[in-house]
Amino acid sequence: MRSGPLVHLADAVVFANGFPLLSGVDLDLAPASLNVLTGANGAGKTSLLRLLAGLVPLTSGEGTVCGIDLRNGDRRQLRRRVGWLGHEGSFYADLSVEENLRFCARALQRPLTGIGEVLERVGLESRSGTTTKQLSAGQRRRLGLAWLLLRRAELWLLDEPYASLDDQGREFFDRLLAEVTAAGATVVVSAHDPLRSGALRPRTVHLAGGRVQGESR
Amino acid sequence: MIRVAWLVAGKDLRIEARSRVLLWQVVPFGAIALLLAGLALGPAHAGDSSAGPGLFYLVMLFVALLMITRSQVIEATPGTRASVATLGLDPAGVFVGKALALCVELWATGLVLLAGTVLVLHTALHGALVAVPSVLVTLAALSCAGTLYGAMTAGGDGATTLLPILCLPAFAPLLIAGERSFSAALGHGGLWEWWAIVLVALVAYGGLGILLYGVLEES
Repeated sequence: MRSGPLVHLADAVVFANGFPLLSGVDLDLAPASLNVLTGANGAGKTSLLRLLAGLVPLTSGEGTVCGIDLRNGDRRQLRRRVGWLGHEGSFYADLSVEENLRFCARALQRPLTGIGEVLERVGLESRSGTTTKQLSAGQRRRLGLAWLLLRRAELWLLDEPYASLDDQGREFFDRLLAEVTAAGATVVVSAHDPLRSGALRPRTVHLAGGRVQGESR
Repeated sequence: MIRVAWLVAGKDLRIEARSRVLLWQVVPFGAIALLLAGLALGPAHAGDSSAGPGLFYLVMLFVALLMITRSQVIEATPGTRASVATLGLDPAGVFVGKALALCVELWATGLVLLAGTVLVLHTALHGALVAVPSVLVTLAALSCAGTLYGAMTAGGDGATTLLPILCLPAFAPLLIAGERSFSAALGHGGLWEWWAIVLVALVAYGGLGILLYGVLEES
């Protein structure tokens, strides 16, 4: 188990096309913790997730994620250790559920035997041959979770995962997030509002104007 | 790199087979364009095979632009782009895989349209058969160049209109060399000097793609 924080940001600034996406974020995230980023549109939630995923470079400040320095570390190495679930869908629409997972497993050189297990865990075993574009929004979100489970990522980055989910879907999500956190993964979820679930006790970090404005638990 | 290339090529080809865009949209478009080119020549030029190679490559240019755009659209959903990026795939392998898949698609379309030039433009069958190897190599070089330029414009504003403008200067020498080698196969001039140009272009664009694709993805 890692002793220090899994994520450490100090005065982290990210610029894109001359526009500040993050303007001095200070944040430490403990291993095996559940964290929620809240804030209005444009507050910097997705940009912060993208920085943690190594998808955008750190313009100034300090940052370490999974032990990799964001200033001069290998961001491709970092990307292999995080799992990303975007709210737009994170897979190929013309491939079937199983084909998407096979692609992911082969890319990460993971055994294909794990696919059946994760499909069963997210309740999509009967949909393995269905083309992804034919799935409902909730089923696509479950496929995203299967993709992340298959990856066994240290850091889960979920961008608005609760959008367009019904109560049953939210409960399923909450249950799974509690399980993976208990198993040692660190989860960061972006959401417009704090989580409604009483079962989870996440740390909630409030963002505004590309900065951390406060936090609660 | 080879492992990633096979993985990406297999995925792109499976998506193409599933969506059938090539079969139901691109090939019919190419066939109609070739037919219209034949009609534009008029009956006075029926049997004049000298126009065949040029018209074939003109239509292949349109088809290639469609297929390059399609190849990049597959990856264009922001969520897909981000989650695939977090797989940490070797960019050189991704380039080779995407170029390979595009090449297979262009070969399939090219062979159909080559048959079309024989039927519609009355190009000599024997000459068209002799031209097949040079057509395949030219289309392979177009695939490498197209994949490189496709990555350059992907995700940017006006990518679909910017792509043809950027591609044309790179494609022009390839198309000219391809047309000349096709004409040579029909008995109009020497063959090997044009083959050499196409082969050099294939190696150059392939090498550039392997070196630069990662930089283009990051940018």
